[in-house]
Amino acid sequence: MDGSHANAASAPAAAGGGEGTQRTLNPYVTGNSVIAMKYKDGVIMACDTGASYGSTLRYKSVERIKAVGKHSLIGGSGEFSDFQEILRYLDELTLSDHMWDDGNSLGPKEIHAYLTRVMYNRRNKFDPLWNSLVLGGVKKGPKGDEKYLGMVNMIGTHFEENHIATGFGNHMAVPILRGEWREDLTFEEAVKLIEKCLLVLLYRDRSSINKFQIAKITTEGSTIYPPYALKTNWGFSAFENPSQGAVGTW
Amino acid sequence: MDASSLMGSSSDAPTSGEHRMGTTIVGVCYNGGVVLAADSRTSTGMYVANRASDKISQLTDNVYVCRSGSAADTQVISDYVRYFLHQHTIQSGQPATVKVASNLVRLLAYQNKSMLQAGMIVGGWDKYEGGQIYSVPLGGTILRQPFAIGGSGSSYLYGLMDHEWRDGMTQEEAEKFVVKVVSLAIARDGASGGVVRTVTINADGVKRSFHPGNKLPLWHEELEPQNSLLDILAAGNPDAMVQ
Repeated sequence: MDGSHANAASAPAAAGGGEGTQRTLNPYVTGNSVIAMKYKDGVIMACDTGASYGSTLRYKSVERIKAVGKHSLIGGSGEFSDFQEILRYLDELTLSDHMWDDGNSLGPKEIHAYLTRVMYNRRNKFDPLWNSLVLGGVKKGPKGDEKYLGMVNMIGTHFEENHIATGFGNHMAVPILRGEWREDLTFEEAVKLIEKCLLVLLYRDRSSINKFQIAKITTEGSTIYPPYALKTNWGFSAFENPSQGAVGTW
Repeated sequence: MDASSLMGSSSDAPTSGEHRMGTTIVGVCYNGGVVLAADSRTSTGMYVANRASDKISQLTDNVYVCRSGSAADTQVISDYVRYFLHQHTIQSGQPATVKVASNLVRLLAYQNKSMLQAGMIVGGWDKYEGGQIYSVPLGGTILRQPFAIGGSGSSYLYGLMDHEWRDGMTQEEAEKFVVKVVSLAIARDGASGGVVRTVTINADGVKRSFHPGNKLPLWHEELEPQNSLLDILAAGNPDAMVQ
């Protein structure tokens, strides 16, 4: 088969293993939620550009969505070093694929399947890659251009859906998406819906920052837009003096 | 390895954690009184339970306290202290001094130290000593200081205060300074956020102020907020990275 080998880099028991048994670590530098959904022309994906170090918002210009080959986008939350390692694996994979020079290229479904195997196998060795990954893309298939969106996490759970969110997004964005997503969203409508989710996460997720990146992938290729910030609303009259009627309240 | 830690970043369920005020609190003396300031974020685990809380509570007409740590513990302490000070004011016939108010806070914090997680900054004005700031950290120490910082966000402010603190600021300088300082901490501390509330106390009385999150200055790597990406695109050609 091709030369991809998922576990080339697993240094045996070097860190925290000793006798090669337990190794599950804690994450150190972490990215938070990634949100994605299918829309009329392809798949749109978004996340903030922050990476936290515990409760410190340490890195504020981090790109957590990357293009993979010609047909896919990957978004990663969780331990950032593991995400970077996964990007290296994907580079190897796409390079081998390209060197076949056979006119074929790996589509999003194949990349997702590969990632699922990597994540699940690492999990079985109690040495997980501490991430939740979102994989989206568009590729020509037997029924025309087929949009694909799936996710896989650190324990190997994987599925496909019309809309995905990781981390806190599971609790806060998915309900919004379930209510408002439609098959035929235009790019503008999709951006508005994504921004609604991003704003809720900004208000309610402690680890989020006000700097976002949106990316889309269509048959024409992938586009990752430059980072930008959203306006927040603090103009509720109840916010101005909450303890006026009840001294000592929070 | 329990299930919640395996789920990655959002390990604390939003409903089961205790309400904590991660917080940044600041109190400074200026020439004429004090300014107290705080952020407004209260979280349970990683969920922001209240994004516009009021962490500066009134103890008397002339003394206020900034609260950090457990929301429940600090609320109950300030409720007790308010109650005692009310009686004290009636008995003595004049406003309580800042020193008395701070020491009551200290007594509760010290005598119940094994059960409480409360870091507080008491600030106010009285006719004997003018503007005063007292720090009452975990354990129940009491320290009078020209300025005080507290809460998880204060870690990011020690260097800044060492560098920029000056004695004898004017009221306007002091108010601007505390807003700047709290918003810098908010930029880096995940447990702080929201709006900056300030309370200025001097001989003339008390002034409460509200600085909403979207009016705070922008710091390093922070961008000017927009309504939507669509506005940026409509304004014409940002350098999109097409692959």
